[in-house]
Amino acid sequence: MTVNWNRQNFSGEDPERHPAVLALRRDQASAVLEVGSSCGEVWAVVSPEGAVEVLTLLRDDPALQFDFLSDLTAVHWPDRAGAEFNVVYQLYSISRHHRFRVKVRLAEGQSVSTVSGVWKTADWLEREVYDMFGIRFEGHPDPRRIINPDGFEGYPLRKEFPLQGRIRW
Amino acid sequence: MARQEIMTINMGPHHPSTHGVLRVILELDGEVVVNAIPDIGYLHRGVEKLSEDKKYLQVLPLTDRLDYISSGTNNLAYILAVEKLLGIEVPPRAQWIRTTFAELTRIVSHLLWLGTHAADIGAVTMLMYTLREREDILDLIEETAGTRMMMTYFRPGGVVNDVLPHFQTKIKTFLDKYDVKVYEYERLLTKNRIWMNRTKGVGVISREDAISLGLSGPAARASGVNWDIRRDEPYEAYDELEFDVPVRTEGDIYARYMCRIDEMRQSSRMLRQLIEGLPEGPFIERSAKYVYPEKNRVKESMEAMIHHFKLVIDGLAPPPGEAYSTIESPKGEIGFYIVSDGSPKPYRLRIRPPCFVNLQSLLTMCRGNMLADVVAVIGSLDIVLGEIDR
Repeated sequence: MTVNWNRQNFSGEDPERHPAVLALRRDQASAVLEVGSSCGEVWAVVSPEGAVEVLTLLRDDPALQFDFLSDLTAVHWPDRAGAEFNVVYQLYSISRHHRFRVKVRLAEGQSVSTVSGVWKTADWLEREVYDMFGIRFEGHPDPRRIINPDGFEGYPLRKEFPLQGRIRW
Repeated sequence: MARQEIMTINMGPHHPSTHGVLRVILELDGEVVVNAIPDIGYLHRGVEKLSEDKKYLQVLPLTDRLDYISSGTNNLAYILAVEKLLGIEVPPRAQWIRTTFAELTRIVSHLLWLGTHAADIGAVTMLMYTLREREDILDLIEETAGTRMMMTYFRPGGVVNDVLPHFQTKIKTFLDKYDVKVYEYERLLTKNRIWMNRTKGVGVISREDAISLGLSGPAARASGVNWDIRRDEPYEAYDELEFDVPVRTEGDIYARYMCRIDEMRQSSRMLRQLIEGLPEGPFIERSAKYVYPEKNRVKESMEAMIHHFKLVIDGLAPPPGEAYSTIESPKGEIGFYIVSDGSPKPYRLRIRPPCFVNLQSLLTMCRGNMLADVVAVIGSLDIVLGEIDR
């Protein structure tokens, strides 16, 4: 039976059988820290040092062709010491119609290399992650805030940032 | 004597053709655009942060206010992500009703785009015509959902209430009129000499750039990217519908215009199939424990009362996990990435905004064109600032 990995409500398959996981286990085994799935969507955690190589491999592998970076975002987990941030890459292949998620765990103050050389769309998405979480992307061509004004203090989507009442106006 | 000075001018945030509060810093060599730097964030309301402090159902009205022109597709993308987390099966009638409203809001969005885009370029009459047809759909939405623009009509498990008995006839009457009107719009613009001069060969983006820059929706299809989530990863009732995906290869403003016009026809074709084949059955999955009980039963049955009370006070709490659900909005690929930690509020809710990503290609499209073309390019991208700034 061939597995259709593109269905939106797909569930119950072994994540190790996802073609992207097979390729990563074959070519970038040392960078892959963990593989799992949630709601039928397969993800892999990779090390911050190997992230760009892994993502480039996923884009260029002829059997995978993840040519479209659908989304790049971050999640803040203040309780997880040493891995406070997850940077999440949502990949999609326009020719193969399958999806895959790559996560990178970062400690507070740790940075990861930019992928704006792999997909140009990462430029603004990484700026937004920097703006909202304060995660720095090494080698980013234009590391400025994007939505908040330039003089803004703090990173709004961090959990310690209050919803209201921060400054008395 | 040739002068080599670069002039910087500021366009917006109150420029009428920026569709909201977009500011573009333009660097010009004479009248030719050398650099265009969009400055966004004037409409930032912190939707992602706000939703971390709201229960799942309370987040739903916020999603309407992202892309306030097509609220139906925003609701649908969010609801699909929540349903994926909860593992709810949706009855077929609810799926068909939702698809109907998603297509109706797509027509609304494209009508408003066509009117404002044409007005930007100078054909102001279009706006009067398209708003007239938009009004009919808004009336239909008002009848069913109670509000005209922010419908908030979908719920996890189905829709709030069933459609009215004359719903199908009303849509059919509208479509018969609308199909003729699309030809009338085309008569005004498609072969219009001025329109073609302003749009053909202007704002070109190649297929490679479009994919790398993350363009999605009609803007990407106009550059030869043959990709439509409705066809390639069908959700709701789309796998039972017959429709074509218009693709063009020129990648200029005219191609984006033609793609959207063709999509307006395809939406009409889909709506005809949707009202023909609307299945009978429940419009919401009442047996699921995350769905509110019927209002009349709450007054009579103790269990329903407790169920209702628990849902209102505690809210629905999906199991820990994460889900990313994307659908084809009129603007492109809209996605919701929800991380749940098992509590009744989303731990993290990320919106993948199509307009935000599409706007990034503004520089690629504008460089080397004239200053006056910037207005046309922004119009052809079909941006809504409510979604860019969130």
